[in-house]
Amino acid sequence: MIRDITLGQFYPGNSWIHRLDARIKIIWTFVYIISLFLIQSFWGYIPVLVTLGLIIGVSGVPLKFILKGLKPIFLIIVFTFTVNMFMTKGTPLIEIGFLTITEEGLYNAAFMGTRLVLLIIGSSLLTLVTKPINLTDGIEKLLSPWQKLGLPAHELAMMMTIALRFIPTLLEETDKIMKAQMARGADFESGNILNRAKSLIPLLVPLFISAFRIAQDLAMAMEARCYRGGSHRTRMNGMKLKKKDGAAVILMLLYLAVVISQAQGLFGRFI
Amino acid sequence: MQIEVKNLTHIYSEGMPYETVALTDISFEIDKGEFVGIIGHTGSGKSTLIQHLNGLIKPKSGSILIDGVDITGKDVKMRDIRRQIGLVFQYPEYQLFEETVHKDVAFGPLNLGLTQEEADNRVVEAIRLVGLSYDEIADRSPFELSGGQKRRVAIAGVIAMKPQILILDEPTAGLDPKAHGDILQMIERIHEVQQNSIILVSHNMGDIAKLADKVLVMDRGKLALTGTPAEVFRQSDLLESLGLGLPPATFMMRVLESKGIQVSTDILTIEGAEEELYRILTRGKN
Amino acid sequence: MNNMIRIDDLVFEYKREDQLEPVHAVNHVSLEIERGSFTAIIGKNGSGKSTLAKNINALLLPSSGAVYVKGFNTADEDKLWDIRQTAGMVFQNPDNQLVSSIVEDDVAFGPENLGVEPEEIRKRVDDSLYSVNMYEERKKAPHLLSGGQKQRIAIAGVIAMHPECIILDEPTAMLDPHGRNEVMEIIHTLHREGITILLITHFMEEAAKADRVIIMDEGKVVLDGTPAEVFGHAEEIKALSLDVPFAVDLVYRLRKRGVKIPESIISTEEMVDYIVCKLK
Repeated sequence: MIRDITLGQFYPGNSWIHRLDARIKIIWTFVYIISLFLIQSFWGYIPVLVTLGLIIGVSGVPLKFILKGLKPIFLIIVFTFTVNMFMTKGTPLIEIGFLTITEEGLYNAAFMGTRLVLLIIGSSLLTLVTKPINLTDGIEKLLSPWQKLGLPAHELAMMMTIALRFIPTLLEETDKIMKAQMARGADFESGNILNRAKSLIPLLVPLFISAFRIAQDLAMAMEARCYRGGSHRTRMNGMKLKKKDGAAVILMLLYLAVVISQAQGLFGRFI
Repeated sequence: MQIEVKNLTHIYSEGMPYETVALTDISFEIDKGEFVGIIGHTGSGKSTLIQHLNGLIKPKSGSILIDGVDITGKDVKMRDIRRQIGLVFQYPEYQLFEETVHKDVAFGPLNLGLTQEEADNRVVEAIRLVGLSYDEIADRSPFELSGGQKRRVAIAGVIAMKPQILILDEPTAGLDPKAHGDILQMIERIHEVQQNSIILVSHNMGDIAKLADKVLVMDRGKLALTGTPAEVFRQSDLLESLGLGLPPATFMMRVLESKGIQVSTDILTIEGAEEELYRILTRGKN
Repeated sequence: MNNMIRIDDLVFEYKREDQLEPVHAVNHVSLEIERGSFTAIIGKNGSGKSTLAKNINALLLPSSGAVYVKGFNTADEDKLWDIRQTAGMVFQNPDNQLVSSIVEDDVAFGPENLGVEPEEIRKRVDDSLYSVNMYEERKKAPHLLSGGQKQRIAIAGVIAMHPECIILDEPTAMLDPHGRNEVMEIIHTLHREGITILLITHFMEEAAKADRVIIMDEGKVVLDGTPAEVFGHAEEIKALSLDVPFAVDLVYRLRKRGVKIPESIISTEEMVDYIVCKLK
């Protein structure tokens, strides 16, 4: 059923990683992404792989579940790999027509491909171990210092909260309208692209109207419950950093130190 | 008979951890021109059942024969099923989408492959049948109409396909008493004019008792009871255990009986209750 | 000051595109709602009952006349939040009034907007969820709940703001009989706890259980009194194309045929008692 779709790929659990403050996890993810770009050689991936392995292990998210997340961007990975393989100049290995695969090209392709895969796994891990609603709260908190400069941190977070709440409702609505129009003989599946696009009108018009109705009702209900933007608001679950969050920050700094030292070439000399 | 449902079973998300059995071994028959009421708790499988009848959901096992043809078969064209069976969903006004009422009602007939002229004729007929004035509203936007009118237009969109079997899922939900009564009258009129079979899903026991020839009672994906309204509403204990009520007239007679007053408990409508109470209250005088 | 709400000659009009003259949704209505009372408002669609309700919550402001909630004029902008906190509102569609994808966060929304301290919010949220029997579901996502459950969450969201009055705009219209009973039970419990209830409904059986019934038509109050008084006018109510409770209809039909039966009977229980009394 359509209502069973999981949102934002969250993998329910109660691990140490799951329970970390969302802000720490967001910062961790940023540090991780930056670290990937500091790495210069394959050796540099070792600390990354070890860290990633540890995090996945502790989080209890099955590896299969994570790898499934790579599927939709498989084409991009292949593209990156191919471009790097053919476009790097250097010592030729194989020649196919006007295309040449060089030693450096193969190395680069493998290096960039690995970086991309690690990038995606790492950032998808954030949504896998953080409840969407906590993620929104975390983003709001992290952005709030910039609120004085005109960044609508609260509004952005509220929009995300509402989106999370109403995506399942709208999916259900879509399902209902689609079935209703099919009962009236609508055909959403056959015909050429033009016909198919046209056949979506009976679905999209009612869906838009529904969305507007929801927006109108919700705005009224929020007003009735004294909503007046972020200024007077308090929060029930004020985000408080705990000991384990501190530990996570220390681990993060340690990780960063290892990666940087490797990038500086310090690490390589020991191996 | 017109519809024959045999051993229909359906399972949602089969093989997944949240697998749920939606329908178990449902069998029943509906004769041509019959008015059938379906009652049951929310989640009892009513919606799943009626979507099967319209071919929107394919069963796991079992068959649905319409005039002897099994519509669950692979080579059956959906268009042929829809020509025979019309399905009006809950809150059907939410499916309106065209610029004008006329175009919206014509959507179904045109999808069936009728010519524009044939479709136009049907639109005129259908709009009149739902009790609206064609001349007044045909060129208006469906979104300008009142709630009750929108619902009629949406129902017209289905009956313009002239189905031999018309299924309505809670057609009066959310309406005020006046619109509620109007819609029921309209259904009776459609039944009379189009000579079709009607399947009415409703939580309103009074409406079912008044209109239906036959009642199907659903509970947790099973057919718990079938029979005439009198037969079904006689089983008040069973209905209560399924979380279903009685028509108000039947309920009142039951309470009177339990207090030792001798009344007929086969009464289903307010007219019946009126006669019965008139009889017992004036008995002394005659 | 024993009035929760005072409405003085309220007029609310709005322009419609296709008409030159403004529409009078509420047309010179004066009412007083007593503290702690349970009032039901009935009327067909477009009779102005919803518009009236939104005027009480200051979601709409009078075109002329005035509305006072606990003495605060709804036109007084400084008192807006006091008014909305005092007179909470529950709407018809259970789906479209919940903000958060977690039940307890939604209930916290109102108190958060009022700037209540976090520990106090936690307590209010738990208490409110208990009082609508939804504490067990506090971590769930609203879209996985039934209509009746969602509506109870909406009520909990209002209770958590500690209102003195709750206005419910057809809260059961989209529910099945089971959900309707759940919600009505909660509403009656809240009333017993001292909250003033203003219930707008299409269901006459629900109205019959109120202390006071007001019938509106074309923006005006046509009947106002106890359920027995109001439903005694069965003929008038039917002429407004409204329903009357089953027992009232039966009494009306029997009286028409010359059976002497008191007009004050409004429920099946009363009808049964009367007949038992009469025949034994």
